[in-house]
Amino acid sequence: MNAPAMNSMQRTLTALGQKEPDQVPLFLLTTLHGAKELNLSIEDYFSSAENVVEGQMRLLKKYRSDCLYAFFHASIETEAWGGSTIYLPDGPPLCGAPVIGKSQDIDTLQVPNIESSAPLAKVLATIRGLKQRVGDTVPIVGVAISPFSLPVMQMGFHAYLELIHEQPVRFEKLMQANEAFTVAWANAQLEAGATAICYFDPVASTTIVPRALYQGTGMRVAQRTIAKIKGPTAMHLASGRGLGIVNDIISTGTAVIGVSAQEDLAEWKQATTGRINLLGNLNGVEMRRWTPEEAQKQVKLAIAKAARGGGFILGDNHGEIPWQVSEEVLLAIGDAVQRWGRYPLSWITEEACN
Amino acid sequence: MDAFIKPFRDALESLDRAQAEDLFQRVLQQYSPLEAVEKVVLPALEQIGTAWHEGSVALSQVYMSGRFCEALVDSVLPPSDPDRKHQPRSAIVVLSDYHDLGKRIVYSVMRASGFEVFDYGRMDVNELVERAIADHLRVLLISVLILPSALKVREVCTQLKARGADVKVVVGGAPFIFDDQLWREVGADAMGQSASDAVAIVERLMGEMQ
Repeated sequence: MNAPAMNSMQRTLTALGQKEPDQVPLFLLTTLHGAKELNLSIEDYFSSAENVVEGQMRLLKKYRSDCLYAFFHASIETEAWGGSTIYLPDGPPLCGAPVIGKSQDIDTLQVPNIESSAPLAKVLATIRGLKQRVGDTVPIVGVAISPFSLPVMQMGFHAYLELIHEQPVRFEKLMQANEAFTVAWANAQLEAGATAICYFDPVASTTIVPRALYQGTGMRVAQRTIAKIKGPTAMHLASGRGLGIVNDIISTGTAVIGVSAQEDLAEWKQATTGRINLLGNLNGVEMRRWTPEEAQKQVKLAIAKAARGGGFILGDNHGEIPWQVSEEVLLAIGDAVQRWGRYPLSWITEEACN
Repeated sequence: MDAFIKPFRDALESLDRAQAEDLFQRVLQQYSPLEAVEKVVLPALEQIGTAWHEGSVALSQVYMSGRFCEALVDSVLPPSDPDRKHQPRSAIVVLSDYHDLGKRIVYSVMRASGFEVFDYGRMDVNELVERAIADHLRVLLISVLILPSALKVREVCTQLKARGADVKVVVGGAPFIFDDQLWREVGADAMGQSASDAVAIVERLMGEMQ
């Protein structure tokens, strides 16, 4: 017998409690697709909170996702630090020139005030608008880039790697400034009505830094930062590998971890059951050329590997669905969840996991 | 010479610059600079690149190793040294993208392997095609991070072909790693999973061109 229907909030909270809800929650993290819904350019779409509220509401209804995503783009945080954003016609907005031109600039870096930042105010207005529309029935996901990963945009990737390895004192100084910012920014989103914060930390991934380095740097930063965020967090490595640091990630106190398409969800489930919830791991890049049949196959496989017993949210592996993914495929993902995601998932056999 | 490869690789992976320099100097006491590059530096970087692809080494180690080795090799094989590999005429570029770490890594590893490569920085499609033709390139290495940039490789390949350019296009970057069919779809001639792959691919293409 199927469980009684739940709303998206009940479904998500039940899954995050390591129990089986009525069906597998689907966090289809669409951002740019809102511009398509409103027939606007990506730049125009992100120019106002009203657009993003309307876009997210339309996407929620159309694709039957279980969350609203208040994420604009990563570079909006560097705008608060004095940086700029480069808009593309067909992809995620990118970060302009680094705000930290040379490492000495860190010595005089001023932490921006959240309240006086117009770009961040737009995001907060979006969260408030979404909250007004859905109340407590649908989770609203806010986003904060981790203090450990923010410098990739603040100063450029290569300069940041050199800073970590060659200037430990300045690195710590930058972390102090970024931690203050990230905590304030995440808490402002929670106060505005966000249910949880997606803590994007791609640099933490073993794809980017070795475990020993992470343990001495990003892990400690995450432990300090997440402890001060007044709500649940989902750590996302944005496609990077994390299985090699699974216990380190759990030690940060995050409730959810985003899993890479380069790793096996079944291995993650086995390594973490009961200790952290999993989000993932549909391959967003391949999704561009999926057929509806392939979408169904991939959804079934992910559910078979990780959904039993709860503790699992189906989503993509990067934290954002590419602009090039078709409506047909996104609809097929929703259909497949309706068909194959209803608990108790008695259709799952050993063969289904391969 | 093989006995030096593992300790040299270990020194690079642990970012022990002094140890890497010391080992390199010991190799140079017995072999020519070019032999040291080809028999120790290149194999070590290849192993590190493979390990990154397999997930046992991190990108930060690949980047810092490439930088160390580029400096070591520059000290014994300056850009003007006749032992430097100036053929095939090659260039590397970030296409319509603002993420240049991948390009920096490949550039360092290519140079640490004795190759001289034009660094085009960041370019859009038309500028890149014009420059590649003007420079009579034989190999064009394109690095991207985001999917829209990866899809623009198709325009580059189409224009180069239409203009009759005899240039091989080699691509690399996250979209090609996450979708292993994408490089063929956009018309590239090869795809590198790691920086050291780029060296192997260019050497293979060089052999095919002769």
